[in-house]
Amino acid sequence: MASQLQRPSGKRVLLMGTCLCDAFYDDVARATVEVLEHLGVTVEFPDNQTCCGQPAFNSGDWVASRKVARHTASVFAGEQPVIVPSGSCAAMNFHGNILQFEENPDAAIDSLARRTWEVMDFIANGLGITKWPGKFAEPTRIAFHRSCHSRGTGSGEATLALLASIENAIITPFGQDEQCCGFGGTFSVTFPHISGRMGSLKLDHLLATKPDILVSGDMSCLMHLNGLAVAQGRPIKHLHAIQILRNSLP
Amino acid sequence: MIGIQPIDQYARDISDEKQASVIDGSSKGTDKRFHVLHHDYPDPDALRKLAAAIKDHTLHHLGEYLEKAEKALIQRGVNVHFAATDEDARQTILSVLRQHGVTQLTKSKSMAAEEIHLNPFLIENGIECLESDLGEFIIQLDGDEPSHIVKPIIHLNRRDIAKTFLREGIANDYNDDPETITRRARVHLREKYMVAQAGITGANFVCADTGRLTLVTNEGNSRFGMAPVPVHIALIGIEKIIPQEKDLAVFLNLLGRSATGQQLTVYTEFINGPRSANQPDGPEHMHVVFMDNGRTDVLASNCKEILRCIRCGACQNVCPVYRQASGHAYRSPYGGPVGAVLSPLLFGSRFPEFADLPKASSLCGACNEVCPVDIPIPDLLLRLRDKAKRESVPSAGAIPMSPFATLATSPSLWRTAMTMSKAMNHLPIQVAPIKPLQDWLGQRTLPDSHGGDFRKWMKERKKDRS
Repeated sequence: MASQLQRPSGKRVLLMGTCLCDAFYDDVARATVEVLEHLGVTVEFPDNQTCCGQPAFNSGDWVASRKVARHTASVFAGEQPVIVPSGSCAAMNFHGNILQFEENPDAAIDSLARRTWEVMDFIANGLGITKWPGKFAEPTRIAFHRSCHSRGTGSGEATLALLASIENAIITPFGQDEQCCGFGGTFSVTFPHISGRMGSLKLDHLLATKPDILVSGDMSCLMHLNGLAVAQGRPIKHLHAIQILRNSLP
Repeated sequence: MIGIQPIDQYARDISDEKQASVIDGSSKGTDKRFHVLHHDYPDPDALRKLAAAIKDHTLHHLGEYLEKAEKALIQRGVNVHFAATDEDARQTILSVLRQHGVTQLTKSKSMAAEEIHLNPFLIENGIECLESDLGEFIIQLDGDEPSHIVKPIIHLNRRDIAKTFLREGIANDYNDDPETITRRARVHLREKYMVAQAGITGANFVCADTGRLTLVTNEGNSRFGMAPVPVHIALIGIEKIIPQEKDLAVFLNLLGRSATGQQLTVYTEFINGPRSANQPDGPEHMHVVFMDNGRTDVLASNCKEILRCIRCGACQNVCPVYRQASGHAYRSPYGGPVGAVLSPLLFGSRFPEFADLPKASSLCGACNEVCPVDIPIPDLLLRLRDKAKRESVPSAGAIPMSPFATLATSPSLWRTAMTMSKAMNHLPIQVAPIKPLQDWLGQRTLPDSHGGDFRKWMKERKKDRS
């Protein structure tokens, strides 16, 4: 991830909304805009954006995923930071794309990689905000699932610090927190049984701490976990970390 | 076109007892392994990167270092053999054994030997070959296969073992107390050591500057195996070379901590060569068999980083798929993340047979996080998925992605599809005749579609402000 060393910050950014927010979680994208604007950032949403291409990339169809990546890189061309409310889609931009273009490097792909920030990472390490002036009306137990694609990035620490700084927030540690929720995109479709068992085990650990809200930086993990939880008759309130930041503002 | 993946099927059909043993055995000790590394080193990642750099350097100059090691070994009185294939390795070992008239031997644990199925081959050729590592000994009694690199019987519990001992006459009564089991194995094995005529080992490291072999165990069984016999044969993959003895400090410190959470394994043996004139015991003859068996092909591939592997098993322990499926699901002595990369590459001509393995990962990256030599396993799995797709290997079970690419590169089509996806909220998609989708929705619900809502909100917001 050497390409990430010189990431640009600034108060004018492009929002990569992600296909999951486009299809299911519109409020997460809204919260991203509202929080960034609250911080004085101007957010532009290029309307021709679609998906980062990760489903094809993870399936091994790199001809298809490179096509999508080139489209995305052209939609987000320029010098502005690209902000993503997903560790997974962000990692696709700055890691996956570099991998799939390693034999034929592409300037637009490299530029997108260098400018991409996961939103919590951007708030903490791009804008330098590590304390959040939010407040819960009453003590609120938060189980924070650190999504796998944020391993090795600043997102996990950033999110944890911001969440923990909210008044009345209680972060509840849980067992085997390094373990995956079992989603993995196409993995959960091609390996439904293993994926389901991984998710159930994750839920056991998470719910044992009796959280009020399950929080993550990736809606894909939350979609998977809640999808399992509902089917198992143990639904859990789940929100993206950026929604917590917005909702807790006075 | 998209059937059930073999590893998913294996995990579905595995017995509850076996799965519980694997989950328990692999998850136990995760914290210990993490803490011993982070307690002793302020920046373990720096150490991992150093180990990776040393391995990469060695692999880059492997020919030179092998030659150097060979010279040093010969100077110490060791017979050095090179085996290009698994068959070469087996035949070389057999001919050395025949040359020395060996009919019984003991063998300490070696992944290289597992890789070439050395035991059954020697037994077929009339040589009694006894595994002296407790786990491998039990595997041999059961006619089973190891399912973990450092804990071969991770899939068994003590009741299974007590039953085996009773059945095989190692014990006269059923007793599943671990200490009793170990004592009984010890009595049995010690007699065998004394009558053996040769000892076979692997090696964890070979230092090119001195030719010295380093061997780590927790049971001391390789020492016992070598002490009373006249012949020692070490079967070693060519990637086990490291440049200098001083590099051992890096690797030994990482190996024990990553494998078992020990600062150092109980026994660390440095083998200089055959017994010298002033040594009271030890083998008079020593043979080293350097084995390629596909490794130079791996070195020439875009997944060469896997040759850094020092066989600690950390990636297996932490892998959520391995935990659910067990090592046996991977159909090779190398299970889990390392196996999913190594098997399709190492057994190159059989790539299609193993092309499904790299798919068996959510790409969570837990393996890379604990790897003592910083192998980017998820990246390698992805490169192998790309390879399977390019070579049109059907067993890889690829989902056709070109319709997705068309949709994702046609913005207006995409926007329409998003808006229309709301109609799905009222469709019974769980009855669609697509098996994996049915399996998926059998266990999970999907959220309602809000397709296009954010775009609409964003547009209105912009309008309001202009």
